[in-house]
Amino acid sequence: MKKKNSVFLIITIPAFLLFFIFHSFPALQGIFYSFTDWKGYGDWNFVGLKNYLNVFKDERAGDAYLFTFKFAIVATILVNIISLLVAIGLNSKIKFHKTLRAIYFLPYILSILIVGFIFNFIFAHFLPQIGDAFGWEFLTRNILGNPDLAWIGIVIVAVWQAVSFNTILYLAGLVTISEDLYEAASIDGAGVWTKFWKITFPLIAPFFTINMVLSLKNFLMVFDQIVALTGGGPGKSTESISLLIYRGGFEGGEFAYQSANAVIYFIVIIVFSVIQLKFLNKREVEN
Amino acid sequence: MNRKKTSWLVTSLLILGSLLILFPLYLTITIAFKTPPEMGGNLLALPISWSFDNFAQAIEMTNFFNAFKNSAFVTIFVVIFTVLTNSLVSYAIARNLHKKFYKFLYFYFLSAMFIPFPIIMLPLVKQTSAWGMDNLVGLIILYIVFNLSFNVFIYIGYIRAIPVELEEAAIMDGATTWGVFWKVIFPLLAPMNATVAIITSLGAWNDFMLPLVLLSDREMATLPLVQYIFQGQFSTDYNLAFASYLMALAPMIIVYIFAQKWIISGVMKGSIK
Repeated sequence: MKKKNSVFLIITIPAFLLFFIFHSFPALQGIFYSFTDWKGYGDWNFVGLKNYLNVFKDERAGDAYLFTFKFAIVATILVNIISLLVAIGLNSKIKFHKTLRAIYFLPYILSILIVGFIFNFIFAHFLPQIGDAFGWEFLTRNILGNPDLAWIGIVIVAVWQAVSFNTILYLAGLVTISEDLYEAASIDGAGVWTKFWKITFPLIAPFFTINMVLSLKNFLMVFDQIVALTGGGPGKSTESISLLIYRGGFEGGEFAYQSANAVIYFIVIIVFSVIQLKFLNKREVEN
Repeated sequence: MNRKKTSWLVTSLLILGSLLILFPLYLTITIAFKTPPEMGGNLLALPISWSFDNFAQAIEMTNFFNAFKNSAFVTIFVVIFTVLTNSLVSYAIARNLHKKFYKFLYFYFLSAMFIPFPIIMLPLVKQTSAWGMDNLVGLIILYIVFNLSFNVFIYIGYIRAIPVELEEAAIMDGATTWGVFWKVIFPLLAPMNATVAIITSLGAWNDFMLPLVLLSDREMATLPLVQYIFQGQFSTDYNLAFASYLMALAPMIIVYIFAQKWIISGVMKGSIK
């Protein structure tokens, strides 16, 4: 028995140490440096909460937070509505079932960065060509070049990509619902709408919770799509929090300052996830 | 089984929707085969003559085969070592969850899933470059270690459903803990190993952020990183760029066409655990 214990320790202790060295230690370092004025090189001093106060006063950071929230909330809602509809469609009695499922899942396997580059071209050249051909004024200009509309382009690409994964999750939930329930409801005279709200939705509520929390968390970390589509522009209108931390930290010599920003960002993500879980779980129970 | 009639309305709506997914890929393929003068015409049209010139040029300019080799090298080693090590660690934790240390480890790995990468990014890059890990091997090590967070979660759910009696029988026959894992448990984990392998390979193959911040030597750039560098330099020649994108996407698409059934069910299993 003693020997068995030591084998388990020999397995887990290195894993624990490696994880600590490459994950937790850098995180703790980041928190430590957030209280200093380190530029990423040279000397440093403790500055207390100065970086944190400055992040709150920083307009650029404020804009990045606003943009990221706006983007993440809109994208989360859209992704969940669309993928739920697609999943219900794929779960009903249809032709080409396997092919359609394979197509809808396809975006999940593609690199977001490259997908972003392709959509960049679609927004810049293809849609304006369509706009010109049909005389649709609103399409003739590249929306990514418009500070007020560029975020919509990023939402479109993010949703295009994320629907695939969320659809699969909803589908996993839907296949567990027995056909008999719907039969019984039909006999009782329930319509499509009633069946959805009284049967489908309550039964897939756990999947709805997971999808909402995961999508919001992932969208709050948006990076690849923005690099590929706008690079944060025009101006700074689509600069997300991760892009700001990356730029300021690596290119702007703001190591300590962006570390403070990263800590705030971390707290925001945790708070959002917890609130969402609490709220959605409560609703699940009531159902 | 066939109580319901085929719904043609839903089928047609889904087909229409699938065009939205296929269209960007259609555009990528046709533009990759076109010449710059053809770009002036209708973008929807097929290329006049399907020429491979763009591909030849893109291969040269992006050093495509080098990037492909780098991506393949990283992905293969990450997948092999992730499956071997993460399953072992999960097993050790799963069988000792009643003990404080292992329970702590379980929640420790799990909670790390909620830490956004930017919070560790800046110090991590400093640290890895100081230790000479700003290369492909460093990238592989980081992926394997970071994967623990999610994989411990899905492996443990599966391992706990495997009856302990199986292991006890093997120990009676004189097997060591080590032997029990590799001969009894690891083979039983096959479906989860496949799931982990699929999710891990997609993650390593498509990741952009970690190679971007970690790799300083251009020779080591992976496929997504090469597209990024390339885009910055030759953004005006779309035919060339699209040939390059298509080549970067093609390996995964080809694998997907042949293995989509396993890929979809693998990802599904991993996500509903």
